[in-house]
Amino acid sequence: MASPASNVTMTDRVQSPVREAWRMFLRNHAAVAGLGVLCLILLMTLLGPFIYPVDPFELVWAPMTPPLEEPGLWLGTDYLGRDILAGIIHGGAPTLAVGASAAAITVLIGITVGAIAGYFGGRTDDLLMRVTEFFQVLPTLLFAMVLVTLFSPSLVTVAVAIGIVSWPPAARLTRGEFLRIRQLEYVAACRTIGGTDRRIMWMVILPNALPPLVVAATLAIGVAILFEAGLSFLGLSDPNVFSWGMMIGASREYFLDSWWAVAFPGLAICLTVLAVSLVGDGLNDALNPRLRER
Amino acid sequence: MPLLGFLARRTVYGLVLLAAVLILNFLLVHMAPGDPAEMIVGEMGGATQEILDAIRASYGLDRPLHEQLLLYLGKAVQGDLGHSYYFNTSVTQLILERVGATVLLVLTSLVVAILAGVVLGVAAARRPNGLVSHLTTILALAGYSLPIFWTGLILIILFASVLPIFPVANMTSTMIEGGFFARLADILHHLVLPAATLAIVYVAQYSRLARASMLEVLGADYIRTARAKGLNERLVVYKHALRNAVLPIVTIAGLQFGQLLSGAVLTETVFNWPGLGRLAFDSILRRDYPTILGILFFSTLLVIVANILTDLCYRIVDPRIRLEGGRG
Repeated sequence: MASPASNVTMTDRVQSPVREAWRMFLRNHAAVAGLGVLCLILLMTLLGPFIYPVDPFELVWAPMTPPLEEPGLWLGTDYLGRDILAGIIHGGAPTLAVGASAAAITVLIGITVGAIAGYFGGRTDDLLMRVTEFFQVLPTLLFAMVLVTLFSPSLVTVAVAIGIVSWPPAARLTRGEFLRIRQLEYVAACRTIGGTDRRIMWMVILPNALPPLVVAATLAIGVAILFEAGLSFLGLSDPNVFSWGMMIGASREYFLDSWWAVAFPGLAICLTVLAVSLVGDGLNDALNPRLRER
Repeated sequence: MPLLGFLARRTVYGLVLLAAVLILNFLLVHMAPGDPAEMIVGEMGGATQEILDAIRASYGLDRPLHEQLLLYLGKAVQGDLGHSYYFNTSVTQLILERVGATVLLVLTSLVVAILAGVVLGVAAARRPNGLVSHLTTILALAGYSLPIFWTGLILIILFASVLPIFPVANMTSTMIEGGFFARLADILHHLVLPAATLAIVYVAQYSRLARASMLEVLGADYIRTARAKGLNERLVVYKHALRNAVLPIVTIAGLQFGQLLSGAVLTETVFNWPGLGRLAFDSILRRDYPTILGILFFSTLLVIVANILTDLCYRIVDPRIRLEGGRG
């Protein structure tokens, strides 16, 4: 029994799927660049506050000072005289944290609903898909605005609200994968040797359904960051926390006299989302076995 | 399946969804912390005891929960979505006044995005490794990463100070002389920047989609046949291929109507466009819950109608679906 398998390992160098995917990922230069930018942004948000310890709420200089006009104020000040560079450095952490946790909630709900629907099929599937469709016809931003306002704005309510309104696509994706994989022979094999539904769902099918879900989760982070920025811009976020969207929203009345106060935080959002989606595209190629041969 | 039967089934299903939205609205108000009556009044500060009592009576807040729900649903069926205590008028009235502006903005953006997206996508697909193709890919990535409200603000900065040829706020000029056409031209002039802002994200998406779908169609057998029989390349691309490649874009576009409405909230807020989105933003600031919940309900209605129309278009355009019996 063991001899054919050991023969293979001796003659061919078998690579682990993760290493193989990483090799594919490295070939995609745009994705690698995206990953690099993302790492830089993470470093900036983690270490920035120590290297540049200016309180973003502190009024440091005359209001609406243009960038570089005053030594040390690289990006100028906003309408209250707060340092914009400090805002960008300190605003990164909440923006990224809300984006990542909202994406995690999105994927968690999506996978749970999609897995149950796809695995059990029949009436369960019908019912869950009706619920999914219901959530899909609700305009996402409006629904999130309602949720955040009703349960008072904070980083947690914003993340949860984004998760609650954006899970349907993830559920559909998971359901499709489960419908496909549950037909495969190894699932039948697992059932024959007495695997429980729970075991088959989470230990057998889910790992095999992961590649597209990983890509979807990555892209969901980008969407969630944009979503958080939109809500903060509308003033629906914790007023005591500096985030990039909130910076733009705060300067909304004054941006014609101080373009830098909206331009730089916006660029920060843009760059982050761009980096995340490049990484997502790269993962998509890397995890797609059909492209491996190239 | 006959078209009429399909339409009837979809309408009934749409009504069920709408009822579900109403129940959701009802539950939201009752689940949120605080007294529903005070919430309905909103934070207008001086809600008198009389007003509070009147609300409690009209919403039946002293009765059991299921009776309250039935009362609420009954009112909604009669077109009564509640009373906005801020504007002191009925929510339905408020929404009907604003919905035209939003539909105008959203449909214009949708049409612009589809046209521009298809043109770019087709150009990119004809030379998959050419300059246009690479530019489309870059544009798609950039467009996808832009926060809509930020695009709007940047456009305002550009067109307010650098190149002042388009109005940067509101839907009409205050002083406008002339008849219907002058007014129409004025509205369209105001529409340029908001519609462009909202369209940019979707141009990015549709150009990518159009490129992929066009590449797939151009590899199909019937395209090879068309070319083999010596058909003009132009005719092959624009008549044979495009017709089939456009279908997925129309479907996606129709299904994205809800997202467009979300984008409209931000766009209208930035450009002070007097539509539902701006009303939603203002109502959120004033904690005017009947209005905001009414807008949520009404936008869902728009999304459902858009979805039904998309399916209908799809069936009319693509005979294969009708023959197969269709899904839903």
